[in-house]
Amino acid sequence: MSAIMEVSGLNAWFGAAQAVKEINLSFEKNTVTAIIGPSGCGKSTFIRCLNRLHEEVPDARAIGRVLLEGDDIYGRGVDPVAIRRKIGMVFQKPNPFPSLSVFDNVAVGLRLGGLRRASILKEAVERSLTLSALWDEVKDKLNAPGTSLSGGQQQRLCIARALAVEPSILLMDEPTSALDPISTAKIEELVTELKKAVTIVMVTHNMQQAARISDKTAFFLLGDMVEYGETSRIFTAPKDSRTERYITGRFG
Amino acid sequence: MERHFDVSLRELKEQLVGMAGLVERAIECATLGLVQRDRALMTQVHEIEKKINEAHIAVDDSCVKLLALQQPLAADLRLIVATIKINTDLERMGDQAVNIAGNATRYISAEPLKPLVDLPRMFEEVRVMVRETIDSFVRTDAQLAREVLRRDDLVDGLKNKIFRDVLEHVKINAGDIEQGLNLILIARNLERIGDHATNIAEDVIFAISGEDIRHSARIETIKQALT
Repeated sequence: MSAIMEVSGLNAWFGAAQAVKEINLSFEKNTVTAIIGPSGCGKSTFIRCLNRLHEEVPDARAIGRVLLEGDDIYGRGVDPVAIRRKIGMVFQKPNPFPSLSVFDNVAVGLRLGGLRRASILKEAVERSLTLSALWDEVKDKLNAPGTSLSGGQQQRLCIARALAVEPSILLMDEPTSALDPISTAKIEELVTELKKAVTIVMVTHNMQQAARISDKTAFFLLGDMVEYGETSRIFTAPKDSRTERYITGRFG
Repeated sequence: MERHFDVSLRELKEQLVGMAGLVERAIECATLGLVQRDRALMTQVHEIEKKINEAHIAVDDSCVKLLALQQPLAADLRLIVATIKINTDLERMGDQAVNIAGNATRYISAEPLKPLVDLPRMFEEVRVMVRETIDSFVRTDAQLAREVLRRDDLVDGLKNKIFRDVLEHVKINAGDIEQGLNLILIARNLERIGDHATNIAEDVIFAISGEDIRHSARIETIKQALT
C-alpha cells in the first residue's frame, strides 16, 4: 500500500486558539479513513487543512506539511484553487448551486477549468453522475434545478460535482448527517464503491458508519490525534481508554 | 457517567451469573450423589438442568436484543460476544453434570470398585475451577482467569491417573469392567467440565482486554510450568 497523502507536523489555529495539534498521519491510496471525535475536537478543521480551505476563514492559519503524491500543498507558489481540484470536498449539508441545473452543477468545475466542448462535458457529467449512483434517477431531468432533487439526491449531486474534476482525494465532512437512513445507506454504499477510484477521508459522528465503511480510523480529542489504526481494531479493542470511552458513549 | 446501557449490561451479567450458580449446583449434586451414594441428589441434577436450559435461551435472547438495539462497540461488544460463548459453555457443563449423574447412578447400583480417592480430588479441582471462572467474570479479573487455565492441567493430570489406575485394576479383575468404565466416564465428564471452564476463562480474558489467547494459552501454560 502506498500513501497518497502524508501529513506531518500539522497545526492549525483560529486566531490564538489552537484547533489542531501536531498531527502526523498518512492516507493510503484507495482506502477510506474515518476521522471521529467529539464536537470541537478539530476533526473538521483538520480535513479543511488538507485542501487549504481552513485558511479561507479570517484569522485562521495552519503550519505543517501536507504532501499530495510527494508535493507539499503548502509549498511556495502553490495555487490553493488548483489544490482543491485535486482534493475535492463534500459538506454536511448538500449545497448544489441553486441557480444551476443538475447538469450544470456537475459541469461547473470542468467549465471553470476551461472545458467547453459539449460532447466531452456531456460524457464527463454522465460519468460523474454514474459514479455517484445518481444517473438513473436524474438522466431524464438534467435541466431541472439541482435544488429540485431530494436531500439525498442533492448530496450525491454534490459528490458528482466533486468527482467531475477527477480528484485523487475526496474529503467528506459529515456527509450524511442531514440525510435520512435510506439516503445515508446509499451514500455509504457509494463510498465503498468510490474508493476504487479515489481515496476518501471522512469526518463522521456516526460510530456505526465509521465502523461500516472505513478501513482506518483516527480518533481526535481537543486537537490531538489520540489513536489511529485499523477500523476493525479501533472498534473492537481500542488501545487508549479515551478512545474506548468515546466510542462506547461514556464521555461526560 | 452511567449509561442506560450499563444497567442492561449489568442485568445481563446477573442473568449469566445466576445460570452459572445453577451449573455449580448441578455439578455439586452429581458429584455428591456419587460420593454419598444418594439417588435423590442425582434426580435433582435433572431438575436443575431444565432450569439451565431455560437460562441458556434467555441469555442468548438478551444478547441478541442488546446487539440489535444498542449496537455495542469495543468493551461493550466484547462483553456481549463473550457472554454468548460463555452461555454455550455453561449449558454444556450442565449436560456434563447430567452425564455424571447418569454414570454415577449406574456406579452406585453395584458394589464399589474401590474407595474413591482421586475422583473426589478431581471434583474439588473442577469445583474451584468453575467457581474461579465465574468470579473472574464477575470481578473482571483477568489474572484469576489465567489461574483457571493453569488449574486445568491439574484436572487433566488427575483424569489420566484415574484412567491408568482403573485400567490396571480391570486388567486383573475382568469382572469389574462395567464399574471401571463408569468411573472412567465420570472422570472424562469432569475433564470436559474443566475444558469448558477453560474456554470461559479465555472468553473472560478476551472480554476484559481484547486479547485472544485461545490455543496459544496451552503453550504458554506449559512454558510457565517448565520455568
